[in-house]
Amino acid sequence: MSQSDALDRAIILATQGGLPLVSEPYRAVAEAVGTTPDEVKARLERMLAEGVIRRIGAVPNHYALGYRANGMSVWDVPDEAIDELGARIGSFPFVSHCYHRPRHLPHWPYNLFAMLHARTREEVEAQARLIAEALGEADRGHLILYSTRILKKTGLRLNA
Amino acid sequence: MDALDKAIVNQLQGGFPITDRPYAEVAETLGIPEAELLARLESLLSRGILSRFGPMYHAERLGGSLILTAMQVPSEDYERVAEIVNAMPEIAHNYEREHVLNMWFVVATETPEAAQAALDAIAEKTGYPVYPMPKLKEFFVGLRLEA
Repeated sequence: MSQSDALDRAIILATQGGLPLVSEPYRAVAEAVGTTPDEVKARLERMLAEGVIRRIGAVPNHYALGYRANGMSVWDVPDEAIDELGARIGSFPFVSHCYHRPRHLPHWPYNLFAMLHARTREEVEAQARLIAEALGEADRGHLILYSTRILKKTGLRLNA
Repeated sequence: MDALDKAIVNQLQGGFPITDRPYAEVAETLGIPEAELLARLESLLSRGILSRFGPMYHAERLGGSLILTAMQVPSEDYERVAEIVNAMPEIAHNYEREHVLNMWFVVATETPEAAQAALDAIAEKTGYPVYPMPKLKEFFVGLRLEA
């Protein structure tokens, strides 16, 4: 919470479970944290502009929408080119997250992660082929790890 | 899900207005009454089609720590280890994946110190090494799923 104050924190706590489903949701949040609706709106606008809030909206359950094939594709690419390659892979419309992560040699040589989402594994594999083509010789090896079971899914929650 | 539910899911994945009557504005775009939108949203959430609705916070920008971590767990010991890992409040997600590294979870804490303590506790309680794979750089996060 280094970059925010007590009121930001109160607003985060009041909304991290969701925005109230009432006609004036920001007024409801303001009442819950003891401030004015205008202050809540201004704070949310600021957090959105600063990237503290990524977006305000609905988070669909992938499975419920039929996106059952979720593949974590992992790529071994040259470290010196990873910024350029990561930006290129992250711009594919089917990639939901794209990160540079550390290798764990000798067992884990992969340093670029891209989550792929589709309705079938065949579609995910086709997506991975497009990435492989885009990487060309920079693709020194890759894998797609499918999830076979969700063991837990709660998400980050700040504690009051 | 009918056509209206799909339209709502597609419309509301981002850009929800920060105004006095935001639901009324979105409802107007969709050509339905505000009360209908609120009722539909409530139903989509209760049916689990939406996992949540509201601001999506960026944990690291709040000083928090999210660390993807992998483990190699023998199949005969898998359920015991999953139970230990899942019982920890610091664990946000945990997935079984098809690989030698067959358990992948996210450690989500308010401080990096708390994350390290959780990783140490998991290694100690399970008896297996943990492989932390923290984000070194984020290239992209976000996706619109077509309903």
